[in-house]
Amino acid sequence: MTDKALQDAVLLLEDGTVFRGKAAGKKGIGVGEICFNTGMTGYQEIFTDPSYFGQILVTTNAHIGNYGIKSAEVESENIQIAGLVCKNFTDQYSRPLADTAIQKYFEENNIVCIHQLDTRAIVKHIRSKGAMNCLISTSELDVEKLMEKCKEIPSMEGLELASKVSTSDSYDMGDDGSDIKIAVLDFGTKKNILKCFVERGAYLKVFPAKTEIEEILKFGADGFFLSNGPGDPSSMDYAISTIKALLELKKPMFGICLGHQLLALANDIPTYKMHHGHRGINHPVKNLVTGYCEITSQNHGFGVSPEAIAQSTKVEITHQNLNDNTIEGIKVIDAPAFSVQYHPEASPGPHDSRYLFDDFIALIKNHKN
Amino acid sequence: MPRDASIKSVLIIGSGPIIIGQACEFDYSGSQASRSLREEGIEVSLINSNPATIMTDPLTADHIYLMPLTVESLRHILSERKIDAVLATMGGQTALNLAIEAGKQGLWEEFDVKLIGVDLDAIELAENREEFRKHVISIGLSVAPSFIANSFLEGKNASQKIGFPLVIRPSYTLGGHGGGFVHVEEEFDEALRRGLNASPSHEVLVEKAVLGWKEYELELLRDNNDNVVIICTVENLDPMGIHTGDSITVAPAMTLSDTAYQEMRNQSIKLMRSMGNFAGGCNIQFSINPETEELICIEINPRVSRSSALASKATGYPIAKIAAKLAIGYNLDELKNQITKTTSAYFEPTLDYVIVKMPRWNFDKFYGSDHTLGLQMKSVGEVMSIGRNFLEALQKACQSQENNRAGLGADKKEWIKTEDIIHRLEVVSDDRIYRVKDALRLGVPIKSIQKLTKIDPWYLKQIKQLVNLENELMQYNIPDDIPESFFRELKVNGYSDSQIAWLMRVDERTVTKQRKKLGIRRTYKMVDTCAAEFEAQTPYFYSTFDFENESVPTDNKKIVVLGSGPNRIGQGIEFDYCCVHGVMAIKEAGYESIMVNCNPETVSTDFDIADKLYFEPIYWEHLEEILELEKPEGVIVQLGGQTALKLSHKIKEAGYNIVGTSVDSMDLAEDRGRFSDLLKELNIPYPRYGVAEDVDEAIRIANEVTYPVLVRPSYVLGGQRMRIVINDAELERHVLSIFKHMPDNRVLVDQFLERAKEAEVDAIYDGDEVLIMGIMEHIEPAGIHSGDSSAVLPTYSLSDQAIEKMKEYTEKLAKALNIKGLINIQFAIKDDFVYVIEANPRASRTTPFIAKAYQVPFLKIATHVMLGNKKIKDFEFEKKLEGYAIKVPVFSFNKFPNVDKQLGPEMKSTGEAIQFIKDLNDPFFRKLDKERSMYLSR
Repeated sequence: MTDKALQDAVLLLEDGTVFRGKAAGKKGIGVGEICFNTGMTGYQEIFTDPSYFGQILVTTNAHIGNYGIKSAEVESENIQIAGLVCKNFTDQYSRPLADTAIQKYFEENNIVCIHQLDTRAIVKHIRSKGAMNCLISTSELDVEKLMEKCKEIPSMEGLELASKVSTSDSYDMGDDGSDIKIAVLDFGTKKNILKCFVERGAYLKVFPAKTEIEEILKFGADGFFLSNGPGDPSSMDYAISTIKALLELKKPMFGICLGHQLLALANDIPTYKMHHGHRGINHPVKNLVTGYCEITSQNHGFGVSPEAIAQSTKVEITHQNLNDNTIEGIKVIDAPAFSVQYHPEASPGPHDSRYLFDDFIALIKNHKN
Repeated sequence: MPRDASIKSVLIIGSGPIIIGQACEFDYSGSQASRSLREEGIEVSLINSNPATIMTDPLTADHIYLMPLTVESLRHILSERKIDAVLATMGGQTALNLAIEAGKQGLWEEFDVKLIGVDLDAIELAENREEFRKHVISIGLSVAPSFIANSFLEGKNASQKIGFPLVIRPSYTLGGHGGGFVHVEEEFDEALRRGLNASPSHEVLVEKAVLGWKEYELELLRDNNDNVVIICTVENLDPMGIHTGDSITVAPAMTLSDTAYQEMRNQSIKLMRSMGNFAGGCNIQFSINPETEELICIEINPRVSRSSALASKATGYPIAKIAAKLAIGYNLDELKNQITKTTSAYFEPTLDYVIVKMPRWNFDKFYGSDHTLGLQMKSVGEVMSIGRNFLEALQKACQSQENNRAGLGADKKEWIKTEDIIHRLEVVSDDRIYRVKDALRLGVPIKSIQKLTKIDPWYLKQIKQLVNLENELMQYNIPDDIPESFFRELKVNGYSDSQIAWLMRVDERTVTKQRKKLGIRRTYKMVDTCAAEFEAQTPYFYSTFDFENESVPTDNKKIVVLGSGPNRIGQGIEFDYCCVHGVMAIKEAGYESIMVNCNPETVSTDFDIADKLYFEPIYWEHLEEILELEKPEGVIVQLGGQTALKLSHKIKEAGYNIVGTSVDSMDLAEDRGRFSDLLKELNIPYPRYGVAEDVDEAIRIANEVTYPVLVRPSYVLGGQRMRIVINDAELERHVLSIFKHMPDNRVLVDQFLERAKEAEVDAIYDGDEVLIMGIMEHIEPAGIHSGDSSAVLPTYSLSDQAIEKMKEYTEKLAKALNIKGLINIQFAIKDDFVYVIEANPRASRTTPFIAKAYQVPFLKIATHVMLGNKKIKDFEFEKKLEGYAIKVPVFSFNKFPNVDKQLGPEMKSTGEAIQFIKDLNDPFFRKLDKERSMYLSR
């Protein structure tokens, strides 16, 4: 809650449903596809995750902002969400290590927020009606006028967004003397993924999403990493053809989230738009190879077709979701390539799956020998 | 791995009588485990000496052993019955200690019994503080610097190395017993001696005190495949230094970032996996330095604990039920989430609400006791509340406490002297949270309060918002002036109508009327483990002021059962037992059963007991909203003790039907004047008495009825403030004290029948027939509260003539009071002459005891009678009891070092056990009989 007198605000969904609440953050209008995240910690990491680009985020946790904002705990340089819907926007915080409060942070990043509305009712609505476009307005409150604006929002299906959040220039990270060189295809990578590689002694070169394959090959990578990112993977022909070509090299390859979907597409497995996706830090996944389970951090609105995988001779399933049996991980049969739908780097979320980074480094090492 | 098919018969060990630090949460875990195992077709045997438990009911297990928790009892069971495995993790430290002891004596090997869900080495490691400390360090985690001491000298040495303040923690004790902070050297010797004495192995840990660090508890589950999930993270509002059982706690963690939380999660998983090899629940405590976020590990409990019950209620995830399944071999990924029924049990619940747990103390029962809080747990019960923000949950917790508070302050009970308030912020007692609010209200800066209390500033800033809201409310003169949006904001932040009324100095009804006019009503939200991500069918609800109501009333005929709120001395687990049985009978009679309660330790608040559960304060405003939504056929108040009974007037006034005995009859029994008139009319003798409104009147009456006299306020629970006094001076002092603490009350002065015998009857009346459930004779003389007396069933020394009189009076009273359901009558017998002392038209403390001793489902019969759908004659039963059953009170005096065991008319015991004896030559009985007058003091 801010100390200022609270202004009215509106959340309008594409299907005409209206929720009224109070305004916070920057005054104005935010548009995007609505989605919800059920995590109880890590709001700042979520706001700055590029995979949320173009989305209006509903957080289910009762308080947001309660431990302030710490500049180091970000997944990219900016807030990526298009707007926030939460129960209690809590500007007061106590964490001594924090740098600033959430209201100031939102104002600086031009992000609108609506709060003090029934977020649980909204989640139930999305759960039954599916993901859809929506709009938060803390300035104009006339629903009819807003509806016109809402209709102009492009559909997420078929939308290519990765190149909008990818780095514009390539850059490198880690120790350039390392004998493990990984080429990162940046479709909107989270900082912590890169950190997980660097911590394991790898030297990275991060390439913009639409980099030509020749450019990537010049780096002489020992392995390739396909990052997470926003948008519909099936609209990314440029990436799919690059990955197809890279697979020919039979060098280790690892994909996360969008990278996982692209790896599937490169192996002729189609993707689909999920009803309302998985977003949170408590999603149960079983590793079918080891038999162990892991609690995972997830953020995706598209999935990989289980029917196609069942019939595929090119890939096999390695990880499965224990709640709805969706595909969580695959492995390419005749190439040292694998990928997972969830986020092993977490941030936010449990670190149960960080072994995948070790696996990838080990794969590279084995492959080199 | 699927379940271990070799396990066909399991013995569950219970936790025995209720004591401070080990309360009815283990009835919850034991019953849940038993139901969970029986679901799998396993034959369950159960041992517990506590007759007031649901777990020892034929409903819960196949074979019940109401026996002392001793190795001999276990041997008896194992000789009598083939047991494949024993589950000792559901009965707290008591059950584990017994399992360890039996193991040492070779019992498990001898009878080829598997210990499941536990690793004895892990228990040993967790309990041995020095070994545990070394272990934690060896796996790379941190602990507070400490030294172990087995002697006085070693202890002194340790203190020199560590410096002050420090902590003394005795090994192998329960609820922090014998431990404590030592702030200065002068206090050290005494504290060390006490610690060494408290530990059965005469071992203490002398540890650096991390006072003011933040304290957290994590509840974990692990399966045989080493999969681990965190079910709940609980943040203590009161920082390190106050026992977590005495701390106000909050979930989810309010002030923890993802980086800090994940570090804690990683460490907890690492620690649990390193502690032996067992499948089941576990609780780990951590502490964080708020400045640096440095983390240290405090302790681990490799079993289901008090906080598991809380975590289960807070998240909806039934920890004990799942832990029992893991113990018989299942893995988490093979089980379903019990709430959604469609998703996996291998997951971590997420909350879209805030819960607050607030302990309930009963210091007034322990005269001369030290009221300050510290390492040793002193609370006797707890409440949990649920809201959509922290402040709503906090104020609901205050409303649930059953201590006449309408919320966090703003209810005429605030303190106004800054010095007194500041003192109480430093010297922590049961009222600190209220004093924090008082201090903020008087303008004491947050920084100063933080310095004194070390409470995280986030909580202080939140509470400060209440002060701001109250100041804003001052702009308005009457409720009609409050704008709708602001009125709603007050309600959203947990204010009761009564608080708003007090602040505006108007009548509560005016506020309620205006609120309803504005349409500001409670909506109900579901506790579903998953923040609505998946559909759930669980009928587990809490109220809040939001927009969508998820609790849609059915068209069924419904009966609401009111629970008994937090456990207190005089009102405990026995009423939970009664409520659960009531709910069962209501279902049987074809009604929809609706349970209302706020005590997280209870079985009645399990989501699969009643058809619908409202986890709400037993507080009129909350109840009224439930009744207006559900429109039940009736409300049962007889089963929830005094807490529930107290609301009967308001329920009736609001036009709802009280099931069973009428409100007027209940009043008649409670009102000493009317009741005595009735006794006179029925020609039933009673001690001479009088009602006084001031001291002079009291002295006059006392001299009339002659000293010693029994003095007490009218309308109380467990004999609160009841005393025997012997002269005018004592009488004056006591009467003044009653008026001071309970203004608006009247004082009763009774003739005290010295050296009289006491007896009590529990009965059911259906309008035609009286069913005497049992007659109990107390071993101790009159003057000791019945709850503190050893009651023998049936009577053993009273004459046939006296027994006949008691039956006759019971019948007369039941009829005259027009009882429909339960009644308990207490008698004094002097020189074979029977007096009636009091009558309670409700379930009593002894109802479960009699039902267990005779093995007759009396509660079921009583509930059907109340509902009016059956008569006593419709039931067939046979009282099975050879010899005698004794209800033995159990005390927690050892928690209060300066308090003597002095018994009197005010109840002090925290729990009870049942002991069966064949005849009166039994040495147990003889000892009780010999010592019967020893502790009678006042």
